Amino acid sequence: MIYALLFWEFLKIGLFAVGGGLAALPFLYNLSDHYNWFNYHELIDMIAVAESTPGPLGINMATYIGFKVAGVGGSLVASLSLILPSIAITTIICTMLKRFRESKQVQWAFYGLRPAVAGLIGAIALSLLQIAIFKENFRFGAAVDIKALLLSLLLLPAVFKLKQHPIVYIALAALVGIIFKF
Amino acid sequence: MAAIWAGDIMRNHEFRIMKKVGLLQIFLSFAKVGALTFGGGYAMLPLLQKEAVERHNWLTDNDISDYYALAQCSPGLIAVNMAVYIAYPLRGLAGVVAAALGVIAPSVLIILLLATLLQTLSHIELITHAFAAIRAAVAVLVIQAVYRLYKNGIVDTPTQIIFILTLIAGVLNIISPVLMILIAAFSGIIIQIIKKRKAGDGQ
Repeated sequence: MIYALLFWEFLKIGLFAVGGGLAALPFLYNLSDHYNWFNYHELIDMIAVAESTPGPLGINMATYIGFKVAGVGGSLVASLSLILPSIAITTIICTMLKRFRESKQVQWAFYGLRPAVAGLIGAIALSLLQIAIFKENFRFGAAVDIKALLLSLLLLPAVFKLKQHPIVYIALAALVGIIFKF
Repeated sequence: MAAIWAGDIMRNHEFRIMKKVGLLQIFLSFAKVGALTFGGGYAMLPLLQKEAVERHNWLTDNDISDYYALAQCSPGLIAVNMAVYIAYPLRGLAGVVAAALGVIAPSVLIILLLATLLQTLSHIELITHAFAAIRAAVAVLVIQAVYRLYKNGIVDTPTQIIFILTLIAGVLNIISPVLMILIAAFSGIIIQIIKKRKAGDGQ
């Protein structure tokens, strides 16, 4: 029963992949080894598609694999079973969090966590900027994408000063990218 | 039950939510965030700050930061975990389901659409150009999101040091984020205990 198999496999990924969409990758390689659903090459294509479409990475991959294996029904089974453990476990944490969040120790932990989250996402922001601005992976003498650099420099003060909804900047950038052939 | 949750929110946050938030409102807000998130869970932050903090006053920038730390350590997708953490205080389990389905609905629809047209669509030049520029915009948006987290989270010298250390560790990619978050939480507790001790000695 292909639906049951999809359900079970993606439930496992949802349960054990800690740390976001890319953490699901090793599990997907494993899937590729076990079943004839897709090969490594298709997996890399899937990552490219998932990276360039909106939404959580894991959901994009699950939907795509589910569709490939068992059509629209398969994609729904795969994506829903992927989020089921998240919903269950996180809801349980929520019920406990309500009680613990005001305790002194938890407050102290968050005092250390907040700057760490800012630092971690700061590092991601830098790597995003690097990917956007340099044509190849960063190394000395790597070709700078002048258009992307200019766009970033123009957007930076706009984002800080104008405080529009992010959709405004994303749509604007898409338009600029198409017009100026990024 | 709703009254109990509302009471919790009132204790947790500065602002007051008196009206019950509609499930459709939760679903649509998270669908919007899901549709506009290009990249991993971190790319949601600017959108969540706009939708959930500024627009609806459901929570604060600090809450977002706390939930992000928890979402990274909880199993599953960061985006779904964030949706659950934000929606639970609003409407309990029903809110959680609405938010989780909302955040994944646009992805599922778009991928299904793409999967049927994939071979042709992924090579269309226009889309490549658009995404190259969107990447730059997402980078700038995430930088602004970090600035907001920085303003709220860095309150003294120890937090400044934690920020710099995690930034460096993140750039060098030497420790897994989960481990870094555990270390940071532990350090926070230790630093506060030392602070209390010092304050006690001074008296």
